[in-house]
Amino acid sequence: MNYISHTELEKKEMLKVIGVKGIDDLFKDIPDDLRPKSFNIPDGKSEFEVIEHLKLLARKNATHLTNFVGAGFYDHYIPAAVDALASDPKFYTAYTPYQAECSQGWLQAVYEYQTVICELTGLGVSNASLYDGGTALYEAAMMAVRFTGRKKIIVDSGVNLIYRTMLYAYTSNLSIEFVETPVVHGQSCREDIYKNLDDKTAAVIVQNPNFFGAVDDFSDIVERVHSKGALAIASVYPVSLGMLKSPGEMGFDIATGEGQSLGIPLSFGGPYLGFIAVKKEYIRQMPGRIVGATVDKDGRRGFVLTLQAREQHIRRERATSNICSNEALCALRALIYISLLGKVGLEELARLNYEKAEFAKSVLDKVPGVKVKRSSPTFNEFTLQLSKNADEAVHRMIGKGFACGFPLGRFYKGMDNYLLVAVTEKRTKEEIVNFANSLEAALCS
Amino acid sequence: MLIPDNLFYTKDHEWVKIDGDNAIIGITDFAQSLLGDVTFIDLPKIGLIIKQTKPCATVESVKAASDVYAPLSGEVLKTNNELTSHPELVNKSPYESGWFAVIKMADETEKNLLMAPAQYKAYIESSQKK
Amino acid sequence: MQLIFEKSRVGRRGFQLPETDVPEAFALPDKYCRKIKACLPEVSELDVVRHFSNLSSRNFSVDTNFYPLGSCTMKYNPKFTEKIAVMPGFADLHPLLPQLLGGGMLAQGALEVLYHMERLLSEITGMAEFTVQPLAGAHGELTGVMLIAAYHKNNSSLKKHIIIPDSSHGTNPASAAIAGYDVVVVPTDKDGFLDMQAYKKALNQETAAVMLTCPDTLGLFNSKIKEIADLAHSVGALMYYDGANLNAILGKCRPGDIGFDVIHLNLHKTFATPHGGGGPGAGPVGVCEKLVDFLPVSRVIRRIDGTFALDYRRHKSIGYIAPFYGNFAVILKAYSYILMLGKSGLIEASENAVLSANYCLARLKDYYKPAYDKICMHECVLSASRQLEQGVRALDIAKYLIDKGFHPPTIYFPLIVKEAIMIEPTETESKETLDVFIDVMIEAALLAKTNPSALHLAPLTMPIGRLDETKAAREPNLRWQP
Repeated sequence: MNYISHTELEKKEMLKVIGVKGIDDLFKDIPDDLRPKSFNIPDGKSEFEVIEHLKLLARKNATHLTNFVGAGFYDHYIPAAVDALASDPKFYTAYTPYQAECSQGWLQAVYEYQTVICELTGLGVSNASLYDGGTALYEAAMMAVRFTGRKKIIVDSGVNLIYRTMLYAYTSNLSIEFVETPVVHGQSCREDIYKNLDDKTAAVIVQNPNFFGAVDDFSDIVERVHSKGALAIASVYPVSLGMLKSPGEMGFDIATGEGQSLGIPLSFGGPYLGFIAVKKEYIRQMPGRIVGATVDKDGRRGFVLTLQAREQHIRRERATSNICSNEALCALRALIYISLLGKVGLEELARLNYEKAEFAKSVLDKVPGVKVKRSSPTFNEFTLQLSKNADEAVHRMIGKGFACGFPLGRFYKGMDNYLLVAVTEKRTKEEIVNFANSLEAALCS
Repeated sequence: MLIPDNLFYTKDHEWVKIDGDNAIIGITDFAQSLLGDVTFIDLPKIGLIIKQTKPCATVESVKAASDVYAPLSGEVLKTNNELTSHPELVNKSPYESGWFAVIKMADETEKNLLMAPAQYKAYIESSQKK
Repeated sequence: MQLIFEKSRVGRRGFQLPETDVPEAFALPDKYCRKIKACLPEVSELDVVRHFSNLSSRNFSVDTNFYPLGSCTMKYNPKFTEKIAVMPGFADLHPLLPQLLGGGMLAQGALEVLYHMERLLSEITGMAEFTVQPLAGAHGELTGVMLIAAYHKNNSSLKKHIIIPDSSHGTNPASAAIAGYDVVVVPTDKDGFLDMQAYKKALNQETAAVMLTCPDTLGLFNSKIKEIADLAHSVGALMYYDGANLNAILGKCRPGDIGFDVIHLNLHKTFATPHGGGGPGAGPVGVCEKLVDFLPVSRVIRRIDGTFALDYRRHKSIGYIAPFYGNFAVILKAYSYILMLGKSGLIEASENAVLSANYCLARLKDYYKPAYDKICMHECVLSASRQLEQGVRALDIAKYLIDKGFHPPTIYFPLIVKEAIMIEPTETESKETLDVFIDVMIEAALLAKTNPSALHLAPLTMPIGRLDETKAAREPNLRWQP
């Protein structure tokens, strides 16, 4: 099946109008010596055959495990209406709304999405979204470099290692100096941040909750960062913002994060949703698409892509970013998800996550060979110290039907016995208790 | 096309008004008409040393971003803050309320590289014929 | 139409969470909690469903309208791929599973898709290897330029700039600059091709790469492409292929055979994955043999026993450019599409895309000035310069098309063509659709002569008329205020 509707007769008519004899005449600009050396692609299949093949592959993936793995990417319930509405082809088969009059649906949806992100983060301006939480953090760091004209960035090691690694990869050819400061007793080490903070510092980057699950009030750090003329950047987990102090309340200049937890399936790593919100004064440094409200000549409200002079299609090599798309469909999912939950629902969701995790902590604390790290409060994820190597424990727990967490030794030296456990609203009391019992058995044997 | 007699001009369509040791700079009526509705102006910071022919400001319209080149070298003494909230002044009054900055001239002789009004008029006319 | 926030009523709910089954916990200390609550909509599920259903009907989309947006390849997105992407075995799979001890066996199906997709793309384009990690075309470009930088650094050769034609996509210079290179722009000659004299002058030992789109953004295939590549290689520069226009040459020509060293593809263009209103896309990057070691981690490898695994032990790798393995659900759809079309289907896609574009060009060139009057590839570039004499701009023609139920072609790109109108019909549109579209384009050209103001007023059939973009930019209103 090739989805082409031209009949042989029509093709002949079209060739005649063009004034050539055959299809090959249309490709005569490609010299003979540039023709493919090979093109070994399997023969096509029917829809039924392809679906059966992919079903078989899907069955080779283990999605039956009871999931306690988070590490920045969470297993939340997705209401049916999110899937139903986001699979409307009038949304998903459209493109970037370049022609405003016939794209008002998308433009309004993005404007609403921007409003949601501003409300969640407590900041003034959001863009139309970025690829993922990691690239969003990179864009934020580059904004700070451009705005301050400085090249040193302090990164708290409580920031997801995946994101830190991405930051370093993207900037490896730019002379940007990164200083990593340690996490002590679960929290960002103020002393080390202040020691490194100087008038060459463009930004300080922290994460809330941090990779170990610990929540913090960074207001004190932000104040010190501002006193040196640097920008404060927070990477945040949006579900936690139903409950936790917002970046805006703490005084952050830029907040970024991964929006996957807002109604977007885990899908083995993507597509996800990067969000970024900034204080109004940084708007001209913002990367990516932005939608604004305006009026037509009859005064009717409408929406357009705006502030485009920042972007690559106009400013080319001097653009604020090379991004020329967004993750619109994922942003739409997040908007629908938030609309369904609403003001009260998001708060309840956050509380439910917090309470389930607190319950899990209390149960796990009683398991021999398990110690819950309690040096700082957490949201829905926390760190366990095990009597055995965490990798081993995880391996054994797979056999018992659990994806039991993320072994911290993979990302942090000297933490081979530590396990990061996430508990979302999907985990029942029974699952949590079974999890504790199985972990006990896994650690004993 | 307005080309006041008391100003000097550049090929990139900036104007200069000499005022003792200082110079007031902006963009010409012709420049603003080419740009269309100006939506934002990025002005140089006060105290900045700008160099003749090098970019010193940016003017944005809906679909374009254009550099403004320093017509003379010198230190930026003052900038037109009104433009931040009212970029349309550049369209409405390019030579009066749409001025960009006042600079303290570093080198008087640079004036020789600027065009007189008649010269500038001829320059625009010839460039339009192309 | 009201915003979802304006439909909000205090106390209304759209979703119910399960009752808590755990004892109440000690409250989180106050200093960590937010004081100012997020002002989010309070609406019912029906409110939400109706709101978004009504919003979607305010869009033109491929499923509802002909969408000849040049350079974007808005072909039909087959429905079966949507069904595959939501299979629970894929949609519910946590990306960290294969990174757990023994976890690789938990994701064999997904790893197999990635592995085979990389092989298929390599064969289609003639490259040695591919990574499907980049999350969009522009992201692929940045990845590609980072690979180029890593290669030169490894060879200790000092390279400073990247050569880019003036007709390029804006993302090319932006990606090059963001990765730390200067950009040297080379003009286009009178035939629509890279100006060879200027190119030779710009090329030197400091050239890191030459970034080209082929067929180029004017819809033309440059038969001197091999010579351009050889010249670049002679000074140690690499050739970068912007794959935006691959849909023109499937099975007809492969970038790898021409001598391109790094290429990116847009799965949402050539391989029919939906554009999603602006994304998510996917921008896989292919490389020639000498760049393989620098590809981002992780790499999916096939073990001797036939199982698949993730490999991180690549000390020359540029590192992580995405959190995991790319936009997996998008890759799945493109993979399914390639399996469905197979060899002959892919070749037919290109042949018919090129046929349709030339048909549009042939029927329209008496009414609109072609940017270059010759056989084009998958898209044709016209100019509304004749219409401009009557005071009608490409924008006016675009807005008139909206009234007639067509999404307009790309306008004002490439920047080097005055009043550009870039039409990319794609292979999936029928001849009848093309004919109706062409007739309306001709009608607009005639109206430009007889009644230009009719075009200036368009569109009249949409929920709103032309919007005040100046006001939007001067007084940014970027969010609803409670």
